[in-house]
Amino acid sequence: MFNSLQEIFSTLKQNKLRAIMTGFSVAWGIFMLILLLGSGNGLQHGMENNFRGVAKNALWIWSRQTQVAHDGLQAGRRIQFTNEDYDFLVNMFRDDISNISGRFRLWGQGTVTYKDNYGDYDLEGVRPEFKNIQIVDIIQGRYLNQMDMNEYRKVAIISLPVKKALFKDEDPIGKYIRISNVPFMVVGVFENPERRDDEQIYIPVNTAQRVFNGSNRLNELAISTNALTVAENKRIEEAVRTTLMKRHKVAPDDKQAIGIWNTLEHFKQAQGVFRGIRLFVWVIGIMTIIAGIVGVSNIMIILVKERTKEIGIRKAIGATPWSVIRLVLSESIFITALSGFLGLVFGMGLLSAVSIILKNIAQQSPQVENIFYNPSANLSVVVSALVVLIIAGLIAGFVPARKAAAIKPIEALHDE
Amino acid sequence: MSNSIIKVENLHKSYKMGNNALHVLKGIDLDIKAGEMVSIMGSSGSGKSTLLNILGILDTYDRGNYYLDNIKIEKMNETKAARFRNKYIGFVFQSFNLISFKNAMENVALPLYYKNISRKKRNQMAMEMLDRMGLKEWANHLPAELSGGQKQRIAIARALISNPKVILADEPTGALDTQTSYEVMNILQEVNKMGITVIIVTHENDIAHRTQRIIRLRDGIIGENITNGDFQPITDNEIFTNN
Repeated sequence: MFNSLQEIFSTLKQNKLRAIMTGFSVAWGIFMLILLLGSGNGLQHGMENNFRGVAKNALWIWSRQTQVAHDGLQAGRRIQFTNEDYDFLVNMFRDDISNISGRFRLWGQGTVTYKDNYGDYDLEGVRPEFKNIQIVDIIQGRYLNQMDMNEYRKVAIISLPVKKALFKDEDPIGKYIRISNVPFMVVGVFENPERRDDEQIYIPVNTAQRVFNGSNRLNELAISTNALTVAENKRIEEAVRTTLMKRHKVAPDDKQAIGIWNTLEHFKQAQGVFRGIRLFVWVIGIMTIIAGIVGVSNIMIILVKERTKEIGIRKAIGATPWSVIRLVLSESIFITALSGFLGLVFGMGLLSAVSIILKNIAQQSPQVENIFYNPSANLSVVVSALVVLIIAGLIAGFVPARKAAAIKPIEALHDE
Repeated sequence: MSNSIIKVENLHKSYKMGNNALHVLKGIDLDIKAGEMVSIMGSSGSGKSTLLNILGILDTYDRGNYYLDNIKIEKMNETKAARFRNKYIGFVFQSFNLISFKNAMENVALPLYYKNISRKKRNQMAMEMLDRMGLKEWANHLPAELSGGQKQRIAIARALISNPKVILADEPTGALDTQTSYEVMNILQEVNKMGITVIIVTHENDIAHRTQRIIRLRDGIIGENITNGDFQPITDNEIFTNN
């Protein structure tokens, strides 16, 4: 091994400039590949940030007016979900659903006051399970829990912007805010990683129904399923839809009355797009590297031609064809591997620099992170790139090596 | 058991030149004993270079037999041929054929590289060989910095380093002045005294006359086979003791 390295160095030293020029084309190819792949990853991470706040296999269910008359009922009837719908779904889809929560929204009751501060915020009654569907980070205190539900506690958790607006620097935990003049104790502060600016307040759903005249009504339902695949999630989505339609006597062809947003489906669609982009990037990258390979191959052929006599001498004194092939191949791999590695390092360096700059920008405007985030090339990319490099070196050296091995010593040593 | 190192019987070789075949060797019979020093002479086109190439396993032959150290050399793959060359034969060329970017010591050590001898060991062996050639202080010089005679001595050192049975020298003095030519011949004679068979292709009579036997090729056959003076072939035993 060391022996061969010595041989490679002594010959490459002969053609320093040429080796550098050749190496540059390979380095450039890998540099571009890493840059493109990193950017692809950045876009994908940005997209995934859009989904970060929700369970990937969530179903969001809402109701509208019927469009079709059915079962003796007229079109234009408003569908209203109730706690019975919730109970029914819990029983019926015990195996398919991991979390389910009814959502009771307090429209127009949102004036919330604390001491002299007040504001209008999104108010919603949810179950404790909702934290696994709409995922939020708890900054302080706790989420709603089953005890709150059981005892119809008047407790609330507020989003960070609400806390800032009402409490400024004061510690909100244990303090009472007034929602439509009804006092609620703040037990937690949260942040929605998806929409950090949202001013939201969650209270237990049954408290909300009781205090705000909700009876047993629910505005929406939210589910996270056990599905791992889009098809599975789609199946559950359809089953839930059919069940709800039957319960509310909706015509089977009425597509409007009950709406379901299938997160997994949309997530996978978006992922599919990025898979496509990644494939595209690989194709472009490989093409760029091929240009580099052709360059290396070209140079090696010229090099072999120039070294015909030397190779002839080597063969005359006992070099086997295989050792000649190894000589040329190892040179070619050495050039491609070393320069490719440099390209790799530069590419990764640029990516992490961009990543740091983006993080700084994101501190002022967090929206950036939903578009382009952490544009890094991960280990698998690096390993694949290295494999590509070694193969590239082998391919680049193959033709010249064959040429070199075919050199006949008598012809090479013929005195001109 | 004969003590022939090289035995050639009815050797034929022709080259295809378009539609015509150029018949270069037309039945050569040759028997060179171990430890002999032989010169092959002949005008250009007589086939002497072709014969040397076949003897050096750099080229193949069409018909006949060739035994090197009692081993029949037939058509073989290049890997095997390379091993044979590395083991049995040392080449010395008219234009030295040193590798220009390697220094004297590295050039001498190169055949050992193909014997998978470690770098340290082969450099040490090369230094010893250079010392014997009186070139120790030139070990780190590149061929371009050396005179013709020095280059040829390095080439001979390279040929000797792998302990070959035969030295094949193709016009070893062709590029040297008379004085240097004689020095090189002195070295080759000393090599021969070590028991190594030396075969020299030359067209210079004074060079040829310093060998024990002159084989003169004429149009692809052996024209003359002259033994110089009192040559006595040595026995196998003597070769071993000398080696």
